[in-house]
Amino acid sequence: MPRRTDISSILLIGAGPIIIGQACEFDYSGTQAAKALKREGYRVILVNSNPATIMTDPEMADATYIEPLTVESVEKIIAIEKPDAIISTMGGQTALNLAKGLHEAGVLDRHGVKLIGAGFEAIRKGEDREAFRVVCSEAGVEVPRAVVARTIEDGLRISADLSYPVVLRPAFTLGGTGSGIARSEDELRSMLGIGLLASPVGEVLVEECLLGWLEYELEVMRDAADRCVVICVIENVDPMGVHTGDSVTVAPAMTLSDHLYQKMRDASFAIMRGVGVETGGSNVQFALQPGTGRIVAIEMNPRVSRSSALASKATGFPIAKIAALLAAGYLLDEIDNDITGRTKAAFEPALDYVVTKIPRFAFEKFKEADQTLTTSMKSVGEVMAIGRNFPESLQKALRGLEIGRNGLAADGKGLDAVTRVMVKKDGDDPVRREFTQEVLYKIKMPNCDRLFNIKYALMLGVAAEEIATLSGIDIWFICQIERLVDFEAVVAREGLDDTRLAEAKRLGYSDAQLDFLSGPDSAAGSTRNRRTAAGIERVYKCVDTCAGEFEAVTPYFYGTFGDETEAVPSGREAVMILGSGPNRIGQGIEFDCCCCHAAYALREDGYEVVMVNSNPETVSTDYDTSDKLFFEPVVVEDVLDIGKATNAVGAIVSIGGQTPLSIAHGIEAGGIRILGTSVASIDRAEDRELFATLVHKLGLKQPANATVRGIEDALRVAGKIGYPILVRPSYVLGGRAMQVAYSESELRLLAQEALDASDGRPLLIDQYLDQALEADVDALSDGRATAIAGVMEHVEPAGIHSGDSAGSFPAYTFSPDIVERMKDATRKFAKELEVCGLINVQFAVKGGEIYVIEVNPRASRTVPFLEKATGVKWAGAAARVMMGRTLADLKITDGDPRGYFYIKEVVLPFNRFENVDPVLSPEMKSTGEVMGIGLTFAEAYLKAQLAAGNRLPKRGGVLLTITDRDKEPAVALARDLSSLGFDLFGTPGTSKFMSGQGVPVGAIGKIHEGSSEIIDRILRGDISLVINTRDSRKAANDARRIDRAALNHSVPVYSTLRAASAMTEALKIYCRSGAGEPVRLQKIGGHSPTFQRSE
Amino acid sequence: MVGPSPQLNSSAFLALEDGSLFRGLTLGCVGETEGELVFNTSHAGYQEILTDPSYKRQIICMAFPPMGNYSFTEDAAESGGVHVAGFIVADSSRVTSHGRGGLTLDEYLRRHNVVGMTGVDTRAIVRRVRTRGAMRAVISSVSNDPAALVNRARGASAMAGADLVRELEHDRAIRVVPPGGKIPFALLECGVKQGIVDSLVRRDCRVTIFPSDSKAQDLLASMPAGVLLSNGPGDPAALPGIVTEVRALIGKVPIFGICLGHQLLGLAAGGKTYKLPFGHRGGNHPVLDLRTNAIVITSQNHGFAVDVDSLPEGTIATETNLYDGTNEGIELVGRQAFSVQYHPEARPGPLESAERFERFLEMVGKHA
Repeated sequence: MPRRTDISSILLIGAGPIIIGQACEFDYSGTQAAKALKREGYRVILVNSNPATIMTDPEMADATYIEPLTVESVEKIIAIEKPDAIISTMGGQTALNLAKGLHEAGVLDRHGVKLIGAGFEAIRKGEDREAFRVVCSEAGVEVPRAVVARTIEDGLRISADLSYPVVLRPAFTLGGTGSGIARSEDELRSMLGIGLLASPVGEVLVEECLLGWLEYELEVMRDAADRCVVICVIENVDPMGVHTGDSVTVAPAMTLSDHLYQKMRDASFAIMRGVGVETGGSNVQFALQPGTGRIVAIEMNPRVSRSSALASKATGFPIAKIAALLAAGYLLDEIDNDITGRTKAAFEPALDYVVTKIPRFAFEKFKEADQTLTTSMKSVGEVMAIGRNFPESLQKALRGLEIGRNGLAADGKGLDAVTRVMVKKDGDDPVRREFTQEVLYKIKMPNCDRLFNIKYALMLGVAAEEIATLSGIDIWFICQIERLVDFEAVVAREGLDDTRLAEAKRLGYSDAQLDFLSGPDSAAGSTRNRRTAAGIERVYKCVDTCAGEFEAVTPYFYGTFGDETEAVPSGREAVMILGSGPNRIGQGIEFDCCCCHAAYALREDGYEVVMVNSNPETVSTDYDTSDKLFFEPVVVEDVLDIGKATNAVGAIVSIGGQTPLSIAHGIEAGGIRILGTSVASIDRAEDRELFATLVHKLGLKQPANATVRGIEDALRVAGKIGYPILVRPSYVLGGRAMQVAYSESELRLLAQEALDASDGRPLLIDQYLDQALEADVDALSDGRATAIAGVMEHVEPAGIHSGDSAGSFPAYTFSPDIVERMKDATRKFAKELEVCGLINVQFAVKGGEIYVIEVNPRASRTVPFLEKATGVKWAGAAARVMMGRTLADLKITDGDPRGYFYIKEVVLPFNRFENVDPVLSPEMKSTGEVMGIGLTFAEAYLKAQLAAGNRLPKRGGVLLTITDRDKEPAVALARDLSSLGFDLFGTPGTSKFMSGQGVPVGAIGKIHEGSSEIIDRILRGDISLVINTRDSRKAANDARRIDRAALNHSVPVYSTLRAASAMTEALKIYCRSGAGEPVRLQKIGGHSPTFQRSE
Repeated sequence: MVGPSPQLNSSAFLALEDGSLFRGLTLGCVGETEGELVFNTSHAGYQEILTDPSYKRQIICMAFPPMGNYSFTEDAAESGGVHVAGFIVADSSRVTSHGRGGLTLDEYLRRHNVVGMTGVDTRAIVRRVRTRGAMRAVISSVSNDPAALVNRARGASAMAGADLVRELEHDRAIRVVPPGGKIPFALLECGVKQGIVDSLVRRDCRVTIFPSDSKAQDLLASMPAGVLLSNGPGDPAALPGIVTEVRALIGKVPIFGICLGHQLLGLAAGGKTYKLPFGHRGGNHPVLDLRTNAIVITSQNHGFAVDVDSLPEGTIATETNLYDGTNEGIELVGRQAFSVQYHPEARPGPLESAERFERFLEMVGKHA
């Protein structure tokens, strides 16, 4: 069957900003889909609010819109572009929800657009719990047993054949009120009582509890001729009860017999057909009861997902690309398998390696958050590793996770050191016993350190069976960790001879771990030197979709130890691009975007691009992006070996965030040339003292500052500079542990926290420029000339991390003189530091003075934003400059906004973390960003707010709680809001002040004075907008409760006066004429794609 | 549950007839074994593979590294014994999953006197076989003389031309399973997998199992509603006797052939078979039904194939392998006989081609 000819244009919906649960994987899927459909000759229209995506590059589609993913905005786009069809299965839950919204609002019918891939009914059946149960039972697939109880007796009787524990879910209650787990008849009786009362319809669903069952996911594809294939089986190491996004997972399934696997496979096909996904990929999840082998279906997603991205990287089978082609009418046997080049997509990949995925958490940013892992996802990123056995794969993944470990412990760090002391004590020693109990407790509660604790417990002599029972993790995995414990015991006893060294490398130990295990003064020398001498070299194997059955033509490699390497230098001039590893707060998709652009540019210039990265969500790890993909940890040992295997002329370390930068010294020492700005220059900008000298030399100013090593030192310096004081560790990204101290006692506390986070490095103390404005300047330099990519003015004032602040390009309040001075200072830094590539400078502006906050001679988070705003591929140009080209030759001049305003707004993950104060601070907490494009600042800001998911009201109540120093300047916005028709409420002080200024503001009691009226009004829905400017020293508790209540009810909160003013300007447009007109990226500045990526 | 750690075992060699040598560790029995080296890409199903009689005189190299992850069970055995000549894995598990006890892979192989090898770069072996074809090979955990092992590999008997059906030690008596089944079938046993028998029995058949040297008239005398030609080891072209008997059955009774049975039917119809370079062994091979355009993912284990070009008039190719275009099914038009190269009984592998048994029963129903 050829491609569909009944459609010629397709609208592809993206996933919007990065949030917990939706990350780069949807840029990967969207990019693949857009490329595939465009190549097939379809007119591709694309909408996504996230500018830091490859999919929104103007070359990827025929019409690209960076607009809010709302029904209102997308209907406008549909009206302009008149697509024949929509694909909503590439943009995660966001796109699926939007498609549902468009259907329900009648937009699809009104404009005659059809959903292809998965239709509305399929989306509904996949999402609706009851509809899914019906589908499964019709397909003969078991689901968890459940009964509806209407009375207590009723409940007890019908629950009799379910074994305890059981889950209770009262019908139609908000936020899970009355739900829980009953472990006995008594508990069931009392909980049924509560649940039946809580349910407005008096019904409670009593369901079999799957806690502790093993969990599996199948990635299934179906074509229009009803041919189904399973691409990958993913097994969760953590049993049911932990969200699959937070679980350590492996592929393919390790513990399943063929018999059980085939049962799941058949069930997944039956479900896919039952749900009615016509074409494309779906994810079907199953639970398996250990012991009985009973299999029940848990859920299905009729779209590509995080798991399908993982499955694509794990198998080499590009699920999103194939899904897009299937939606266009192709059949599986008509689509080529790119990896083999000669077989077709109608097959099931065979793996000959073990893939491990480990989630990356950000609990250090959310200290009050409960770290226990549950069914609600909390991780912000993930790392994937490929090895020839599970221990190797696991240790590689942990090495790539960048949590300061080189594998599964064996490094003398943290509890590993304590455990090594404890195991020398007698088994009956009370200290050892207490420690063991502590470790066992950490194994019982699902958390992100569980695998480490399992190893410690095994070292302490706890039986594998006991650990398996305690954790619910299958004994097979526990015993794989036990292999490492046994191995280390042998090494401790008998030493590490060459044979054992080879065995250690096969088990995935890093050289650093083996240095530790050999002892500090090993006579044999460093492990790396020993390896070289003994010829124990890393080899590279292909990910080929077929376990070696066919020759692979696409070089997608992983490193291991074995007899034969498949990666041979090509003879072409090879350049390594080092990626940014797992997503975390402060380092994510923006840097991946830069790496991709660098890869595209250098491929176009004829270099052989070697990509190194460990993040399976990304476009950079698409085998299509580079000439050779090495799916490896971005750490010194692995990068040095890749350098050797590819004969690379050097490595680009300055566009992948802190990850590659932090290993620059190490790889340079290992003989790899650093391309672009020198390591010495990077140090000069990072090292406080060198930096102070530099600033002084250039005749610029910086806030008074000092580097200190201890708390007393910090207090002394702070006394000299004067409070408030900004304190932070050196060499960290995203303002980790950066805080403002207003007093000596605060500083004492905060300095300790910063010391804990700094890993032995000194602390930085800065004068805090209260109420100053901030700006980010990005520029590109070839060592002689410098082009300013853009000056972005922050909306939020100093004191809020630049990554959490909204920003405007061009600047919206700075005078041209201030902007020029910042540009000039940036050029001076570029010249003085001999920058060859990108540079980012942050400034504070106060009292007509500019202060240099920091200089980063590398790509910053704002580069992709400026690429979209200026139409220039800055990261691609940076890579070219690093290879010797000049700005003149590339015809690059200063970035031009081309008549528009571009606003960056951030999204924050506070809804994932109960008990966390949802406040902006010098420590970055946002997970992602959106862009709003408008002809005016207000219009762009409005779009950015809507895109960030802030539900701006057009009428209703506005709560004002304004600190004293903001009251005067807040009058104007209060007046504006009032004249727009909003009812204003405020705390007594605010109310009195505003009323005195002639703005009517109703008074509501303060919380700490005993009134609950504010919270009640938010809960009742009387308040649809909150302006809560905080004074960090006073009434913080009130503010926190207000913000939390607003957050829980999706009421937008503005916490600085500048943001509130901007929002008020935006509301003036919104109340009058709605969300603003969509802007087609390709039309800005008569833009024509000047940068075509090579195929 | 926890067996001795294979990594502490002594070393073993794999020597190939082309002179290649791989070093690993002993798995299973200590000793020396020879056979044709082939690879299998299944992720699981190793017990079914070990007990499949079609692997007679073959050394199996499993492409997926961790093996022995779950326990051996009685119902996963495809025959009464283990038939492989040797078993090579990259990473043999010392414990089985899902909290069930049972033998480890190492223990199982030792119990069945299989010489194996672990801790070896199986991907390198697979690639060697893929590029140079299935080769004669020796595994030894007793010799330290690689040159002698290579020589022994070169001296091993070749698979082409080998009549291995005769060598299978199985019950020579005619058996009926289960006595109560309704539809009477005859099965020509050339090394049948239990899965095939079970697939018929599950569909209410009474299967009379005839040894491979039975005569056509003996089979017909049992008044079967249909005859199933089973899978089995070795070169079909080395079985002219059986082919003659199959030819005598054509047209007289509905026939369904599987794997070796497919090749026998092809030869009986007048076609030819040939040896594939390294065969098909795994559970992921896509097969296209040329008449319905349906695709099934199949379980495969064969080293020989039916030559489509040699098929005489009246015999058509019905299915084809989407990987390499080799023949996967034929039908003798108007003569109630068809066969498939793959394994519709699965075990291990995907179950979706089980529909072929239904097709056979339908054919039988029409015949009756």
